[in-house]
Amino acid sequence: MSIVLETRGLTKRFGGLIATNDVSLSVEKGARHALIGPNGAGKTTLINLLTGVIQPSAGSIRLEGEDITGLSQNARVRRGLARTFQINQLFPELTVLETVALAVSERVGAGTAWWRSTGSHRAIAEEAAAILDQFNLGDVMGERTAVLPYGRQRLLEIALAIACRPRVLLLDEPAAGVPEEERHEILAIVAGLPADVTVLLIEHDMDLVFSFADRISVLVGGAVFVEGPVDAIARDPRVREVYLGEGDHG
Amino acid sequence: MVLTPRTKPSDPARLLSAPARWTLPELALWVAAAACFWVFPSKLLLLNEVAILALFALSLDLILGYAGIVSLGHAAFFGVGAYAAGLLAKHGMADPLVGLAVAAAAAGVVGFLSSFLVLRGSDLTRLMVTLGIALLLFELANRLDWITGGADGLQGITMGPLLGLFEFDLYGRTAFVYSTTVLFALFLVARRVVHSPFGLSLRAVKGNLLRARAVGISSSTRIVAIYTLAAVYAGIAGALTAQTSQFVSLDVFDFHRSADVMLVLVLGGTGYLYGGIIGALIFRLMQDWLAGITPQYWQFWIGLVLVLVVLVGRERIEGLPRSLMALLRRLIGRTAAEGARP
Repeated sequence: MSIVLETRGLTKRFGGLIATNDVSLSVEKGARHALIGPNGAGKTTLINLLTGVIQPSAGSIRLEGEDITGLSQNARVRRGLARTFQINQLFPELTVLETVALAVSERVGAGTAWWRSTGSHRAIAEEAAAILDQFNLGDVMGERTAVLPYGRQRLLEIALAIACRPRVLLLDEPAAGVPEEERHEILAIVAGLPADVTVLLIEHDMDLVFSFADRISVLVGGAVFVEGPVDAIARDPRVREVYLGEGDHG
Repeated sequence: MVLTPRTKPSDPARLLSAPARWTLPELALWVAAAACFWVFPSKLLLLNEVAILALFALSLDLILGYAGIVSLGHAAFFGVGAYAAGLLAKHGMADPLVGLAVAAAAAGVVGFLSSFLVLRGSDLTRLMVTLGIALLLFELANRLDWITGGADGLQGITMGPLLGLFEFDLYGRTAFVYSTTVLFALFLVARRVVHSPFGLSLRAVKGNLLRARAVGISSSTRIVAIYTLAAVYAGIAGALTAQTSQFVSLDVFDFHRSADVMLVLVLGGTGYLYGGIIGALIFRLMQDWLAGITPQYWQFWIGLVLVLVVLVGRERIEGLPRSLMALLRRLIGRTAAEGARP
């Protein structure tokens, strides 16, 4: 198996605080890799480093063998690295269909087309609708995003990332805040993501992690505490200690 | 689920094109604008000013309503266009359309260069930067009085006939047709732009910059593009003013002009392209009417209307007739058993 996403010695300091400490991570192609850790372990900082929201103090990031450390956020997306957000980051005033059509048109390079109406790009419209159908959002595609119930916004959050057709997808707590009775829909969507898309899942919820991931990295205090296959991590007494010690989910 | 689909989701392309389709009120508005030429022959000078102000406000709408960029110095581009057109005419190139093109180019260059200053920063930063640029240009025009005429204004502009055929007349007939046609043409272009994928990406940048970047949009290039286009529009509005009044003064860069255009756009509403036109009509007609009644205090009433529009909200004002009708119907049909929901 080849490595698609790799960090070497990735470090981020905020003043005296080291939020990410010498993280070297390798994610294999097609992997379902989970990144877990107690609150304040630096999961969000790591995501922001990977996606280019912030620049590292030291270290490098490689995507499919190429150094992307200095690339802008949008350049990374164009190279196939997409993400979702722990707190919905959508476009309240756009319709559901417009939201996904936006991502599709950017991906196919039509985002700067200024003369033809969006709807006249039939291939874009149809691909966007097909993605929405996959996410069970086809019936609300004409609605403004702002009026969707939370659970469906959560689905759109993932659909929007998928519309970028990523080779590596960073899922930041996909089921966060979703009521119990709607969770299965999110979990089914996550489980049904295309096998060729490599997924790095950042998660708090151990049930989701153990049911979904094949490999787990545990982040503590900004550094990789331990890494290994799911069953090894599940048995690892040190991991339990970290979680129980922090009084967190377990 | 809870939601019932409002539209048949059968054809996504149709759904995406829906906002770009012409509606009857839109067509009616443009027919009415054209009809003004015959209906109000004595008001054409005023209506010419309305058309120019509408174009200026449309220009602001492109950046404020679609890209979320606030500006308190939009007169900078209006002024550059006005001086460019004025100077060109004064120095022998009297053709209006050539003047328009040169003014558009000049304002576009200034807009392009200054767009890099509004790429980052909060609304407050942008307000100050845009305000600062307009102030800079104002003083520059003041200082370069050997070119601009300084505080005395640029005099001695004589415009040639439009298309070599139509002389600018005292009643504003040519001016009105000229300005309204330019407004309409540029409106058509703006309409296409905002309904394109590019326009969609602007709305995304405005709605959520963080996510816009995360779907691969390079927000900076989009902002530079729309800011430059808006500057071109403002420059053309300035050129129309210079050409139809055959005079340019430092007033074109003045702060009140930037503030007025913001006021006009907020009156009419942002983000649907017609706000500038409706706002300009309300603003200039109110100004004209109130100035007749209370020449010194007309701004009081403009101020009052502005405060009401912003505080009460446009939706509620526009919904007022419907609310009144509903109230009336309830009063009349009080005896009828009806589920009372306001």
